[in-house]
Amino acid sequence: MALAAPTETYPGKVFEVTIGTAKTAVFGGENVLPFHKFDGSVPNKPVIAYEIQDVAPEDWPDAVREVYGDAASDPVKWALFCQNELKAQAIALRLTGTHPDRQDRSAEDAAKTVKDVLDKIDVPLIILGSNHVEKDAAVLVAAANAASGRNCIIGKAQEANYKTIAAAAMAQNHKLVAMSELDINLSKQLGILITQMGFDKEKLITDPMCSALGYGIEYTYSVMERIRLAALAQNDAVMQPPMLADIGMYVWKVKESQAAEADLPKWGALKERGIAWEVVTAGALLLAGAELLIMRHPDAVSAVQKFVDEL
Amino acid sequence: MALSGVEIFKLLPKTNCKKCGHPTCLAFAMKLAQRQASLDACPDVSEEAKMKLGEASAPPFRPITLGAGSKAVKMGEETVLFRHEKKFVNPCAIAVEVKDTDSEESIKAVVAAVLDSEIDRVGQKLRIDAILIKDASGDPAKLVQAVALVAAQGPEIPLIISTTNAAAADAAIEKIPGKRPILYGANESNAESMAQTAKKHKAILGVSAPNLDALSTLTEKIKALGVEDMVIDPGSRTAGDMLRDNTFIRRAAIKKSVKSVGYPVISFAQRDDHMLEALVASLCISKYSSIVVISSVEKWKSLALFTLRQNIYTDPQVPMQVEQKIYDIGETNADAPLMITTNFSLTFFIVSGEVENSKVPVRLAVMDSEGLSVLTAWAAGKFTASKIAQFIQESGVENKISKKELIIPGYVAILSGAIEEKLPGWKVIVGPREANALPAFLKTKN
Ligand code: B12
Ligand code: SF4
Repeated sequence: MALAAPTETYPGKVFEVTIGTAKTAVFGGENVLPFHKFDGSVPNKPVIAYEIQDVAPEDWPDAVREVYGDAASDPVKWALFCQNELKAQAIALRLTGTHPDRQDRSAEDAAKTVKDVLDKIDVPLIILGSNHVEKDAAVLVAAANAASGRNCIIGKAQEANYKTIAAAAMAQNHKLVAMSELDINLSKQLGILITQMGFDKEKLITDPMCSALGYGIEYTYSVMERIRLAALAQNDAVMQPPMLADIGMYVWKVKESQAAEADLPKWGALKERGIAWEVVTAGALLLAGAELLIMRHPDAVSAVQKFVDEL
Repeated sequence: MALSGVEIFKLLPKTNCKKCGHPTCLAFAMKLAQRQASLDACPDVSEEAKMKLGEASAPPFRPITLGAGSKAVKMGEETVLFRHEKKFVNPCAIAVEVKDTDSEESIKAVVAAVLDSEIDRVGQKLRIDAILIKDASGDPAKLVQAVALVAAQGPEIPLIISTTNAAAADAAIEKIPGKRPILYGANESNAESMAQTAKKHKAILGVSAPNLDALSTLTEKIKALGVEDMVIDPGSRTAGDMLRDNTFIRRAAIKKSVKSVGYPVISFAQRDDHMLEALVASLCISKYSSIVVISSVEKWKSLALFTLRQNIYTDPQVPMQVEQKIYDIGETNADAPLMITTNFSLTFFIVSGEVENSKVPVRLAVMDSEGLSVLTAWAAGKFTASKIAQFIQESGVENKISKKELIIPGYVAILSGAIEEKLPGWKVIVGPREANALPAFLKTKN
């Protein structure tokens, strides 16, 4: 029996988002499920941003810290290392040091770091808070202003603090990450709230909340698949922004990326194990629908890029 | 095509005799249409109806078991495209390749690594499931030798014999009677002889074709030759082609009831670059392969792939959970501290792992919270002061311990007062928030 290829088409489409000015990065834009080129059009590859911080990465395990060595002592040097040595497509600056439990750095300090970094790099910048909802509201407004004119991504706006952050991103013409906690309805609700403020839905990026392999990835995976199906099959505009998978911070804190082989001989070599954890987390979430990834280890990034080239 | 309830009803005896356990033939027909009943339940159904209905009521992917004995692997039986719709059924088997040109030592080393690959994770035993032996030499004697070598060292390990030479396959399978291997290598030019060999030994036949269309024609031809148990390979080798073919196969079998591709899929992910191999194998696990063949056993690679497979194949409706009870970790005596947590598998295994690390003997009270994590259970009203108090009281643990002290997770510190109120005479101690702080906490407590 001849088998007709069971292709599928959908009424909906994921918004295409461009970030940066001098050098730009473009993601989203497909009208099919992830990498389903056989069904329709997939104009862009996912974009991978390297994660850096405003403070030295003392909380990162040695396996990633040693990649950056001395460069990580200063965010500008670190950003330049990612841009020039690692050929980063984009950089994600996390303002970890502004968290009250870390250095409690002020919004002005954060704004200065953002300016200093932007002065030296020409690849697109993603600016992230410390995930402290009150502090982020102040820090990200200052950061958005400091990054004026550079078409950055600001994040993350959450249900408790989206108003000020979205307003600042809108005023400075940035893109915005909206994060909710692993629930398609919460994600949709936050998208509606933000667009009701007049924020352009085509400038949003959805973060349904990441989780690492072995630590709840199945929840992120399925929420992403459901969001993408709603965007395509139901043509639900609030579900059509591209999705972010903020992978590095979840992967490089779990036991599998840190425990010594001597303690757990059944788990094999630590060096490869940590990278594999980041790689497999990224691979699964790409297949679930992530278009923008934030990662830490260059060997993991290059493996994921090779995979994407094959897809 | 799947038949509707009414279409099925027309084929039944229409006597409403109730022997099937349903009040009427129509009620039974409706259940059959929803795949909630099996035709065997009706003793009076005609042979002709059996044939027609058997075809239509079979699951979209044929259930097939690879190997025999305790390490046999079930494949097929999938019913959906996305895991949020319904639990994926039979986890993708992971097979490692050896070649008959490899030295005896290196083949033995791979078998040893496979035998040693089993890991316990969140209460499940996970391992490399099978070995594929490829006839890279082209010499049947060498293939037979390699198969015998692997079978002698790992008699329980399910095998996939990879050759397109039916005579070589016949000689090799002679060495492993009753083991139900896959004979991988039927194609358009050798279908007859391979089908005969598979039939003779009751082996599963691995069928490959250069594309899906040709594959579908070939499986029909082989089925007509009397072989029902097949695994299929649409010939794709790059990640993009695999995603396409596996998606088309899943859609065709489930949405269009195409029987000729309703078989478990075997995929080949071997790459020189191990990280890339891990990614391609991840694609096979997430997107619809029933067997993925990899090039080597690396413990770190196995751990990552086992974990992904476990995550993808968990039930989206029912989180993995452990039994409610008081677990003794280490050699507990009356002075061992008592801790409480929820019965979400992940929570339990993280916490018990850290307690083991601390080397401090502990009683861990695990409370049924329908498989939710500590904070989720708390937010859902399943890990409340009164429920905790009731559980502790009913457990009778009070009689086993010297001090009535209960350590609660740091994230639910807010419950401490209320628990003390509900458990008169008890003291509640707030532990750390994250389990990785437990070893330090337990050591200072002692
Ligand atoms: C995955 C998840 C879910 C999954 C459920 C997964 C599951 N099986 O539990 C789903 C999507 C179903 C879900 C649903 C809900 N969730 Co939820 N969920 C999460 C999420 C993202 C991760 C939870 C998790 O798996 N943690 C991992 C496990 C291992 O952690 P754990 O059990 O707490 O154990 C750790 C510690 O507590 C400690 N520990 C454990 N036991 C013990 C014992 C002792 C003695 C000690 C010392 C330490 C200790 O060690 C462990 C490792 O460090 C969290 C947010 C987050 N990032 O934490 C929200 C979160 C827990 N959920 C939340 C909420 C509100 C809900 C809902 C009520 C949402 C809703 N409106 O429907 C529902 C309720 C569920 C229901 N049935 O009604 C809130 C809770 C709010 C709060 N602060 O209390 C959170 C914190 C998110 C948030 N910030 O809003 N959720
Ligand atoms: S046993 Fe068969 S004949 Fe009797 S009621 Fe059931 S379906 Fe009808």
